Amino acid sequence: MAERSFAKEVKKLKMGEGETFTSEGILAITKALLECGVGYVGGYQGAPISHLMDVLADAEEILSELGVRFEANASEAAAAAMLAASVHYPIRGAVTFKGSVGVNVASDALANLASSGVNGGALIIVGEDYGEGSSIMQERSHAFAMKSQFWLLDPRPNLPSIVTAVEQGFDLSEASNTPVMLMVRIRSCHVTGSFTARDNKRPPLTVREALSNPQRDFARVVLPPMSYAQEKDKVENRWPAAKAYIREQGLNEFFGPSDGKVGIVMQGGMYNGVIRALQRLGLADIHGDTEIPLYVLNVTYPLVDEEFLEFCEGKDAVLVVEEGQPEFIEQQLGSILYRAGARTGLSGKDVFPMAGEYTGQVMLDSIEAFFKKSAPELLPAQRRAPNRPDDTDVPDLSKTVPIRPPGFCTGCPERPIFAAMKLVEGDLGKHQIAGDIGCHLFATLPPFEIGGTTMGYGLGPASNAAFDGGGEKRSIAVLGDGGFWHNGLSSSIGNAVFNKSDSVTVIVDNYYSAATGGQDVMSSRADNATKSTKHPIAEAVKGVGVEWVRQIDHTYDVGKMRDTLKEALTTDYDGPKVIVASSECMLNKQRREKPKVAKAIREGRRVEKPRFGVDEDICTGDHACIRLSGCPSLSLKTLDDPLRDDPIAAIDESCVGCGNCGEVADAAVLCPSFYRADVVHNPPAFERAMSKVAGRIIGWLQQRRARARLEFSGAGS
Amino acid sequence: MNVVHSDFTPKSRDARVDKIIKLAIMAVGGQGGGVLTNWIEEVARNNGYAAQATSVAGVAQRTGATIYYIEMAPDTGRQPVFSLMPAAGDVDILLAAEMMEAGRAIQRGFVTPDRTTLIASSHRALAVSEKMVPGDGIANSEEVKAAAEIAAQRFIVFDMNKMAVDAGSVISASLFGALAGSATLPFTREQFEAAIRAGGRGVDASLRAFAAAFEATQAGAEQPTQAPEPAHKPLAITGPDALIDRWNALTARIDAYPAPVRDMARRGLRVVVDFQDIDYGEDYLGRLDAILAVDRADKEYALTEQAAKYVAKAMAYDDVIRVADLKTRASRFERIHDEMHTPDEARLMLTEFMHPRAEEIVGMFPARIGRRIEADARWMRRIDRLFNKGRRVRTDRLTGFVPLYVLGGLKGWRRRTLRHAYEVEHLERWLATAMDYLKTDYDLAVEVLRTRRLIKGYSDTHARGLSKFDRVIGAIALLAGRDDAAEWAARLREAALKDEEGKMLDGAIETVRSFVPEKAEMA
Repeated sequence: MAERSFAKEVKKLKMGEGETFTSEGILAITKALLECGVGYVGGYQGAPISHLMDVLADAEEILSELGVRFEANASEAAAAAMLAASVHYPIRGAVTFKGSVGVNVASDALANLASSGVNGGALIIVGEDYGEGSSIMQERSHAFAMKSQFWLLDPRPNLPSIVTAVEQGFDLSEASNTPVMLMVRIRSCHVTGSFTARDNKRPPLTVREALSNPQRDFARVVLPPMSYAQEKDKVENRWPAAKAYIREQGLNEFFGPSDGKVGIVMQGGMYNGVIRALQRLGLADIHGDTEIPLYVLNVTYPLVDEEFLEFCEGKDAVLVVEEGQPEFIEQQLGSILYRAGARTGLSGKDVFPMAGEYTGQVMLDSIEAFFKKSAPELLPAQRRAPNRPDDTDVPDLSKTVPIRPPGFCTGCPERPIFAAMKLVEGDLGKHQIAGDIGCHLFATLPPFEIGGTTMGYGLGPASNAAFDGGGEKRSIAVLGDGGFWHNGLSSSIGNAVFNKSDSVTVIVDNYYSAATGGQDVMSSRADNATKSTKHPIAEAVKGVGVEWVRQIDHTYDVGKMRDTLKEALTTDYDGPKVIVASSECMLNKQRREKPKVAKAIREGRRVEKPRFGVDEDICTGDHACIRLSGCPSLSLKTLDDPLRDDPIAAIDESCVGCGNCGEVADAAVLCPSFYRADVVHNPPAFERAMSKVAGRIIGWLQQRRARARLEFSGAGS
Repeated sequence: MNVVHSDFTPKSRDARVDKIIKLAIMAVGGQGGGVLTNWIEEVARNNGYAAQATSVAGVAQRTGATIYYIEMAPDTGRQPVFSLMPAAGDVDILLAAEMMEAGRAIQRGFVTPDRTTLIASSHRALAVSEKMVPGDGIANSEEVKAAAEIAAQRFIVFDMNKMAVDAGSVISASLFGALAGSATLPFTREQFEAAIRAGGRGVDASLRAFAAAFEATQAGAEQPTQAPEPAHKPLAITGPDALIDRWNALTARIDAYPAPVRDMARRGLRVVVDFQDIDYGEDYLGRLDAILAVDRADKEYALTEQAAKYVAKAMAYDDVIRVADLKTRASRFERIHDEMHTPDEARLMLTEFMHPRAEEIVGMFPARIGRRIEADARWMRRIDRLFNKGRRVRTDRLTGFVPLYVLGGLKGWRRRTLRHAYEVEHLERWLATAMDYLKTDYDLAVEVLRTRRLIKGYSDTHARGLSKFDRVIGAIALLAGRDDAAEWAARLREAALKDEEGKMLDGAIETVRSFVPEKAEMA
């Protein structure tokens, strides 16, 4: 079960013609797919399109009613490969994953798909993880469209435009026999708005029906000589067809007057940012009506030369608003202008920064700079000669405000794994440690600072290969359950077995693809009506030939975790060593257990609720425990006592009693400040009586001692 | 070609653009920013406004800094073009769900004096980088407040987290209440509350938190309400009359001390008497008397004041007896009972996490025997094997409570133990060092006393603290005689508190060595 349930929202997917559909971008895309008669959908989760997968999973009932096949694919490559159904069959298919990393993984299948060409519309919905909030390297998915010759849509970031783009994407794909990639940025995925719904459409040919009537077209097989013919087909037929379709159907949009000295060309996704800058400059009104000619590229690949040249006609200069680098579009537009012998000046990365997101300030500054250079008379007087007193004297807070990167949640089962690893490093020295993709990557940040590289999903152990020939110390790699099933089993574990790697791999098994929102994976422990779960990782690892495997079923046992790691690092066995560390993701566990516990207490059943605490008088404020934890619920408290120099540790109410604090205090021999308090709700009569007796005797002993000595209470001096 | 060429006549900034209300929420993942965003959208859309919200979720939801953004404008039937992200200098309302996130908003230019109402909760959710410092790494909220006073057009700040928790809710509800109370949005209280009701989950608790924050904001709780801790209960002392009399005699001695020393000496006395007994308190005052005798009025008795603090801490060291005593007190049981909100009919189980090592065991032996055993590696290994393991002690049960209770009662034995001998030796050597410097450099002597702050923690952490202490004292020896010796001593101490291993300290000592001429290093 995913972290966020869309069970309520997906009911909206049944809306029909004329109804107003209000939602966030991702749900709108799902609705648009159904309205377009899609025959099958799939994908792999990852921000910012994780929720699209969650919506699809929650909508499975509606999908199957319509005869639509849904797959939660094992990886982006698997998702892209699924589009093969559209190669021979006139069936529309859509898959989704994140860009650019998901597109990297999928690129093998995408390249083959693009070479074959498609019969049914094939749509790849990519959540471009770029700019603020991104968790990956900053690159553009754009390059993939260029190298494989498929088309790239980048619609204006509002719901009606995105919904239209889905439909246009399928049409364009079919009109040009080419797969189409629809790119939505992080904020577009989550932007809210409304559009007018249409009826859902049953696919004209369902995959079930297609299975009964197999088709194949030899010309679409990627083998010589067809592969040569396919390349030709791409440039001679599909490309012109696409351009013609884009132009005829008006996929790109024009705003403002058709004449003007200067104009702005932009990726569709940049539209709202550009308009806001124009609004602030007094060049556009609230609805975006403007006196500046705008050419909005809802299709950023391929570009339509004629359309662009027409736009440039009579203009002294045009500005290209293209986020990220390299500036593929600007280069192409420059080449189009040059070849046409046009005189129009081209601006873009001369006023805009080459790298980084086009924030509100960047847009304003860069567009203003363009006007100042190319058409200063368009700017309001005050903008031309500003006399604003620049920066107010707000104190500089850059040294005050701490950075706040994401970290392990309260009670996370991965925390004790890395606490143990830090303890092992304390004993055996620093080791070569490779990370992977997933929540466990947060261990590279303070307080653990473990792991230095991430080479890709499931590639952690593989990225240590150079070190796996053996030496004085052994390399360690961390791999999550998500990465393991995505690619790790073959590329990392199989690779290590085959190469007889003298390596240590820790597989963090938290029962879910946790970082992307708690989707089930093969080794999930939950029952899933439509997916096959409960396939133990340890069995898979043994299955591919690993002989040294240790299964730890309770990661919070820091001592055991530490000893197992030590054993792996020091054993005589020189083949691959794999430790599977399993405990459930606390975020998901709490979501499931909390209501159950509350219900049990209400119903009068016996329930133990654990929470940790710190004895103020015993804690000396050295914060050693925090350096082995970083738990959000383990924080500091400044005491109102001049005798105490440093703030002491304190545990707040959000503690879930996972046990890490006590285990770490014990395993690291930290201090006796921690205690666990288990509140036993509804204890049975006998238990209550016994505890009362013990309480009385304890109370009597305490009184006895208190009476004989000075006892202080209250504060003050 | 679909040219949209409407009746555009701007020439100057469209006044309607300025009517767009731009609202950003800066929060820490897990604070309910998404729920808050939904409420705000709901209230806007249901009351004649067009609204658009965006967020940057991704991995930021795992305790990282996160941002939500909403724009709204009167609904005229035609959709305005809203921005998807806040721009510096262009935010009307900024909600910060934590004090440093308010600081981050100011840093990013989202709070400007011409337009921004900043609504911030004054509480702190500490970042890992603040918590892991061995010393005090907590960022200064006052600096953010001072900046906010300048940067914001209007600044509404109070502890909205506490308000929410007290109401059994989460901070999103009290922030929503403060937003409503600020009257920055053109909607009524009832309209805001309707949005919470429409949400349908935890409605009553949310409404309570909403109401509290709404009223606090309307009442003008704009000034940071000091943490409303109940006024300190006055110090109460109970015990046998004879002991009380002796206690009073000791405090009477302190009353005769110079004013700057009295408060610290009283606190110190309480700590050492609580640690051991009234005789020990007499010893403490004896040590203070000796220091006071050579102290200087023109320095406001800084030396004795610092001695009152650090001698008390040194005398009340953290040994097994102290821990056992503290863990078995009635007052502790009561405190935990309250903190855990234990219902009357429930039972409270208490587990302590102890991990004694051979050092702690041998430390309990009589000094002479202890020293001999400690010198014998074989014996130490044997004892280690017997005792060194994690022990979970259930102090709510007699089987766990009684052994700790007995240990905690061994105060009569304490003064004979090896640990006590070590502590006294260390204390005296340290005081002697300070007194030695006193002859030539008063300020340096004070700094030597303050260096004692480095010794804290248990086992390895304690050993590391001791090592840092020794290194600082060693470096002070190099500095003695220089005019800036005290300054450097303070700097070394601060450096030692920056990181666990003492890398900053080593760097600082390197610097000291670089400018101090070679001289025979004193131990």
